[in-house]
Amino acid sequence: MTTVETVTGAAKTMVLNMGPQHPSTHGVLRILLELDGETVVKAVPDLGYLHTGIEKSCEDKTYSQVITLTDRMDYLNPLGNNLVYCLAVEKLLGLEVPKRAQYIRVMMVELQRISSHLVWLGTHAIDLGAMSVFLYCFREREEILNIFEMFAGQRMMTSYIRIGGVALDPPAGWRQAVDKFLRMMPSRVDEYETLLTQNPIWIGRTKGVGYISPEDAIALSMTGPTLRAAGVAYDNRKVFPYSSYGEFKFEVPTRTESDCYARYLVRVAEIRESLKIVRQAMERILDEGPIKAEAPGIIPPQREKMKTEMEALIYHFKIFTEGFSPKPGDAFVSVESPRGELGCFVASDGSPKPLRVHFRSPSFINLQALPKLIEGQLIADVIACIGTIDIVLGEVDR
Amino acid sequence: MGLEIVTESSSQNANVVVECLRSWSQQAVAEVIEFRGETTVVVPRDLLRAVAERCRADAKLQFNLLTDATCVDRYPVEPRFELNYHLVSIPRRDKVRLQVRLSGQDPVVDSLVPVWPGANWLEREIFDLFGIRFSGHPDLRRILLPEDWEGYPLRRDYPVEGFRDVPSTGELFKKSSML
Repeated sequence: MTTVETVTGAAKTMVLNMGPQHPSTHGVLRILLELDGETVVKAVPDLGYLHTGIEKSCEDKTYSQVITLTDRMDYLNPLGNNLVYCLAVEKLLGLEVPKRAQYIRVMMVELQRISSHLVWLGTHAIDLGAMSVFLYCFREREEILNIFEMFAGQRMMTSYIRIGGVALDPPAGWRQAVDKFLRMMPSRVDEYETLLTQNPIWIGRTKGVGYISPEDAIALSMTGPTLRAAGVAYDNRKVFPYSSYGEFKFEVPTRTESDCYARYLVRVAEIRESLKIVRQAMERILDEGPIKAEAPGIIPPQREKMKTEMEALIYHFKIFTEGFSPKPGDAFVSVESPRGELGCFVASDGSPKPLRVHFRSPSFINLQALPKLIEGQLIADVIACIGTIDIVLGEVDR
Repeated sequence: MGLEIVTESSSQNANVVVECLRSWSQQAVAEVIEFRGETTVVVPRDLLRAVAERCRADAKLQFNLLTDATCVDRYPVEPRFELNYHLVSIPRRDKVRLQVRLSGQDPVVDSLVPVWPGANWLEREIFDLFGIRFSGHPDLRRILLPEDWEGYPLRRDYPVEGFRDVPSTGELFKKSSML
């Protein structure tokens, strides 16, 4: 801890180190705070404590192998990461995904959005002192993880979405499980709202805290609920629909107050909208139909074919040894992750390994606006602001 | 470039951007690449900031959001670096990619922070991992790696395993990583 004299010498400011082992930074974020009393004068985030070089590792793997790495970036949204990468590679290949697989993808990604928002709500509430909300949110998240386990055999690092479709057919009894969750969830969301929305402490800690104007938010490339709470209805699912999102009926919740409270309301409203999308997707998924595109040499053949047809066996062997080689070119795809616009840029040079894979991670770019949110605020509000940006450090540092 | 460019149907929106930039300055557009419905406008290095400013401020373009900036290293091809800026126009619901090519000898380009403040960390990341310098950037420091890190890991001539030496299999390691 150091004490720094200001230019005028009239007031003394203090530099305080927050993190990287601070529980409210949701990972390993370090912020240098220059304080004048309890007011933040300047904030400088310091990143990289979780940098694992995922983008470099991608260049040394075949296109299919990269999927497992994407899970590990934003570990609250692994299915969304799988989706954006697969969409980018599919665009590079010019591959059409069967409708049934698209609907399964939409359903899984929306369930993932709900679970991510639940973790956000729980941890944000616990940061601000509301312990019980955390326990309720994780109770419901467990139900979603059980559904993922049914579908993919994994609860978190699912790697369920694959190039050209999804890994497995929906398991027996999935409809009942999802239906049960959809019936239960609306009243549970009401439950969180009764605990928080009118709670005077919650309002005191979040209302009017961390304001950013819509112009500044766009200039700083902010996206997601943070931008929508500033009144800009920019949602990739509506603006540039992917995976048949254009066929679904849902609203994009926006607020205009642009403070921590507005961001809370936007995310809770998003949970309710996601429930609508999951219901619609569930009704659209037929019991029978393809879950993968037909593309010999790119998509692994069905097991039965592999055992009976010579050609299928050769393709199977080639896909898992050499991989496939898309035509040279670049593709950039964006999806709406729970945190904002998640983009994936893939460049191919015609070899079986990508020349470059880059992820436009919303946490990284939204975090850039943190100093703007907290400068001039009280030090206690720093925690509320970090919470409402909703960062995942695995994705910030990649 | 030694690159096969597959041309697909050019969208109406793409023409708007290209025409608008061409009518402003003939030099602004060096090349237009259409691939899988995406438009890439290749811009000369010296005009990047002017073109970016035009894209943001022009009433017909209104690219107000810089979503992403990233770099591709095509080593050993020269010019080896391709900088890609992905722009989104929220009011017009449109996307475009600006591309600048830089040589390995002199990887310097104008910073876009004066145009979109959001370019700040994106450019720092590219500087950190590719070693490209952005002139006019207010705070060009490493962002993900430690300040004393040597080299730029996302360059293609930087081995995936790094430059570390494992005592027993050290030579093997070096050989395999140079492949």
